[in-house]
Amino acid sequence: MTAYEAEAPVVIKDPSEALPARIARGAARLPVHIFLIAVGVLWLVPTIGLFFTSLLSPEDFTLNGWWKVIAHPHIATWANYSNVWNSTDIPHALWLTAQIAIGGTVLPILVGALAGYAFAWIEFPGRDWLFIVVIALLVVPLQMALIPIFTLYNHLSLYDTVFGLILFHTAFGLPFAIFLLRNFFIGIPKDILESARIDGASEIRIFVRLILPLGLPAIASLAIFQFLWTWNDLLVALTMARNTQPITVAIFSNLRQFGSNIDIIAPASFMSLIIPLAVFFAFQRYFVQGLLAGSVK
Amino acid sequence: MEPPPAAAAPSAPHHNILRRNAVAIGFLGPALILLGVWIVYPAIYTIVRSFFGKSGFGDFVGIDNYKALFTPFTFDASANPLLWSIRNSAIWILVAPAVITAFGLVFAVLTERIRWSVAFKTVVFMPMAISLFATGVIWHVMYIKDPSQGAVNAGIGAIRSWFVSGGVLEEASPATSNVTGSTSRGFVLQKPLGSGGVAPLGLTAIPTDQVPSGAKQAVLPASKQGAITGVVWRDFSPGGGTPGKVEKGELGLPGVKLNLFDSRGAKVQGTSAADDGTFTFSGVSGSGYKVGVASSTFAPPFAGVSWLGSQLITPSIIIAYIWVWAGFAMVVIGAGLAAISREVLEAARTDGASEWQVFRRVTVPLLAPVLSVVFITMLINVLKVFDIVISVAPGSTQTDAAVIAVQMWRQSFGGVNDFGLGSAIAVFLFVLVVPILLLNVRRFRRET
Repeated sequence: MTAYEAEAPVVIKDPSEALPARIARGAARLPVHIFLIAVGVLWLVPTIGLFFTSLLSPEDFTLNGWWKVIAHPHIATWANYSNVWNSTDIPHALWLTAQIAIGGTVLPILVGALAGYAFAWIEFPGRDWLFIVVIALLVVPLQMALIPIFTLYNHLSLYDTVFGLILFHTAFGLPFAIFLLRNFFIGIPKDILESARIDGASEIRIFVRLILPLGLPAIASLAIFQFLWTWNDLLVALTMARNTQPITVAIFSNLRQFGSNIDIIAPASFMSLIIPLAVFFAFQRYFVQGLLAGSVK
Repeated sequence: MEPPPAAAAPSAPHHNILRRNAVAIGFLGPALILLGVWIVYPAIYTIVRSFFGKSGFGDFVGIDNYKALFTPFTFDASANPLLWSIRNSAIWILVAPAVITAFGLVFAVLTERIRWSVAFKTVVFMPMAISLFATGVIWHVMYIKDPSQGAVNAGIGAIRSWFVSGGVLEEASPATSNVTGSTSRGFVLQKPLGSGGVAPLGLTAIPTDQVPSGAKQAVLPASKQGAITGVVWRDFSPGGGTPGKVEKGELGLPGVKLNLFDSRGAKVQGTSAADDGTFTFSGVSGSGYKVGVASSTFAPPFAGVSWLGSQLITPSIIIAYIWVWAGFAMVVIGAGLAAISREVLEAARTDGASEWQVFRRVTVPLLAPVLSVVFITMLINVLKVFDIVISVAPGSTQTDAAVIAVQMWRQSFGGVNDFGLGSAIAVFLFVLVVPILLLNVRRFRRET
């Protein structure tokens, strides 16, 4: 089962339809099949190209296009990967990326879920007004915060720290997290909450015992988004850190001499996208759901 | 996930209001602090900072930083890189959201009744998981100019070779003064020939690795009545040999194109050489003909389109960006499509509407809300585009490719370190998203 099946419409087959008619209709759709296959291949080629490029020695890269690997598999080598893996900076960068991505996923979900619950189920003055502010913050470009936060971080010694990056990602992930979770929590049946309240359960207890488990599908969607977003970030890390280099920044510093060190850039780039791709394939369903629920970001 | 219905908030018992407010603060506190310190305060700071100069808050400059964006008012990457980046962003805004939405619509509609649509959707959607930065690296490799390395140009070269036959040779010179001309005009054997004539066309200065594959020992053909025969060959044997004479070890030049001209110089026939370099023009009567090597023999090979050059860099990056986001558009539009009532479509078909009419008159209007969501989402994303630009564009064309967000970073952190100007660029970017911000707020207020 995959994520997309939910959307696939049910094709109602007419049992009375004769076989020749079905064949004729199938033939009429042949150009569509051919077109879609061509598009699919075009969409796959770039990623495969990067993978094959990462298997070429620097000499072979300058002599051959990466597609020569298909005809001559013997020129492929894992040497680039073992070199990159045995270097100090790329594995360290991957480790830092994992820290930033995990921190930058857990924290906004926690903070966002608390706020989302308050916006959905706790009545307080100015609630709608405050929520409109959150919606407005959804589209504020990151660029608006770079200079002041850079200055602030230098004062607070948060510059060049994993924690500083996590906090930045948390703040900019929050509007979307609050928006998505509030909209999900508000759909939880009122009776459940009311009866828990009548039983004397505290709000924290309701939040932990009821809201979080019931909100799991939305939290899962959000987690995937936030994880991919923080894992793939370049701009924030490039601005708020110098030596705390996540993988994108580490590759970026190699990029300035593109061509001469493709044997580092290609495998490192491929390694950097393995984890997001694995997350994507494992949780496609939640990814699509989150996308559909929150495509205002 | 179903969009949850907007339920009315639970009414709190009256005596609880104070306690509830304390609870609300507890739940909202962390979020408000983070939003306040990391987004709201910086936004105000940046707006204020944009009216001050490079050296800091002591240096009030009014709107000079904003003026700097437009002075001099010339669209030239080197004269005013800032205005150039605004121009580039305008191209992005005009092209990317529309094309991505259109692709998404086409893919969603075409996959709707295809059995293997899940496989297709997965493939097209996959780039969404890849960072825009890694995407840039991927496409940088795709766009390499040399067709033997860059896949895009290799593909174009392969398609081009179906329509335009490239030359079999790159360079050559006549072996003797009997043959004159150049590679750009072609070579001509000066001696006029008639029926039964034999034309020896010796060429030299052909590098060994450029001799066409399949070449065999050259042969001087016999004279033939009613025809002109000849041989075109690599008139060079190691250790010398006699120019103009076909000798052992000298190879024919298969594929070389030959023309036969009449006495007025008009082309009457064309042919190409066999593996041993021989060729025949048959059906020849009379005399005064001349034989020549056509210049198309030396047509230069496809050199590759300069995707990463200053002319094409922005379209090239937009293509890579479309590759990433078309899947998003497809999935969201696909979900909208699934929500359209089957009956409406079937009714239109029963009424005799063609598939195109159903698409144009029923599907697209019904999808309009979804299409606008996709379009607006892409509009916001396009304004903030950064990573992919700096990773696809090589250093030499980065100024040509820069969009507003890239210039904001370069002016603030990329060596210039002018926080005043950088703030002004950020505010300019922010002003562009304000209409979308208002739209979102209005949409929310309508819903509640």
